[in-house]
Amino acid sequence: MTAYTATVTVRLKRGVLDPEAETTKRALDRLGFELQGLRATDRYEIDLDAADADAAEERASEMADRLLANPTIHDYEVEVEEAEE
Amino acid sequence: MTIAVIQFGGSNCDRDAVRALAHLGIDAERVWHEDGLPEEVSGIMLPGGFSYGDYLRAGAMAARSPIMNEVREAADDGVPLLGVCNGAQVGCESGLTDGVFTTNESARFQCEHVFLRVENAETPWTRAYDEGDVIEIPIAHGEGRFEITDEKYDALVDDDRVLFRYCDAEGNVTDDANPNGSTGNVAGILGARETVAVLMPHPERATLPDVGGTDGQGILRGFTSIE
Repeated sequence: MTAYTATVTVRLKRGVLDPEAETTKRALDRLGFELQGLRATDRYEIDLDAADADAAEERASEMADRLLANPTIHDYEVEVEEAEE
Repeated sequence: MTIAVIQFGGSNCDRDAVRALAHLGIDAERVWHEDGLPEEVSGIMLPGGFSYGDYLRAGAMAARSPIMNEVREAADDGVPLLGVCNGAQVGCESGLTDGVFTTNESARFQCEHVFLRVENAETPWTRAYDEGDVIEIPIAHGEGRFEITDEKYDALVDDDRVLFRYCDAEGNVTDDANPNGSTGNVAGILGARETVAVLMPHPERATLPDVGGTDGQGILRGFTSIE
């Protein structure tokens, strides 16, 4: 078994309104910054032991499917790295 | 007959629900989620509140707690189930109903009276009304914007599973009368069977005459009007 860290990034699907991101963008506008848009994501860093990277990715993807993301409004991506010592 | 009002950590409308049901002569009791679903329940209510602090997403944690497996089995067996506010969020998160209730368009918590137009009066939860009736019921939520895929929305409408839409006092379903940006002004829907329903507005807060209007009574009476 190898120790991995799976990073799951959950974001709203394109076209789904994100009022919190809109509010954050307006606050940055008010502070004088120039920006055209802002998207917020949720990122989960999951430490797990698995036989190989594929197995780690599969388990993390299942976590996203069953809990971390809601398929109605979310897309997600999973990246797996060997955990730092 | 007893309605089980499921109490999760952070539920806060469970007592109101029991009291409102009692006022209608419907026996109800609070059930702590860890104690499991009692046998012989005649109905299940998922009450409002902030289960698990709305961690992750409103309703996400409660929807995956062990008692929900029993709740789902009972609902599949035809036991009537009503989810209100946080209970509606739990219902959608658990897959009992389609779509999701997420952050209001305003990004604010909104506590106000709204008008609802009855879209389908042929269900247990709306039998007390006529189609097109306008009822006044309070909302109190920060995550009540109904989002759903186009495909599933079309199916909801085609199957006549939309119970209520936000409207103005005259019953016009308009953007101005939509308090939270919900798709199609949808405030409440049925699940796969008509005995399962969820809605964001609070019928139990519009049931006791001492605290204002009583337009919500008909929804709660759904527990006793299953045909």
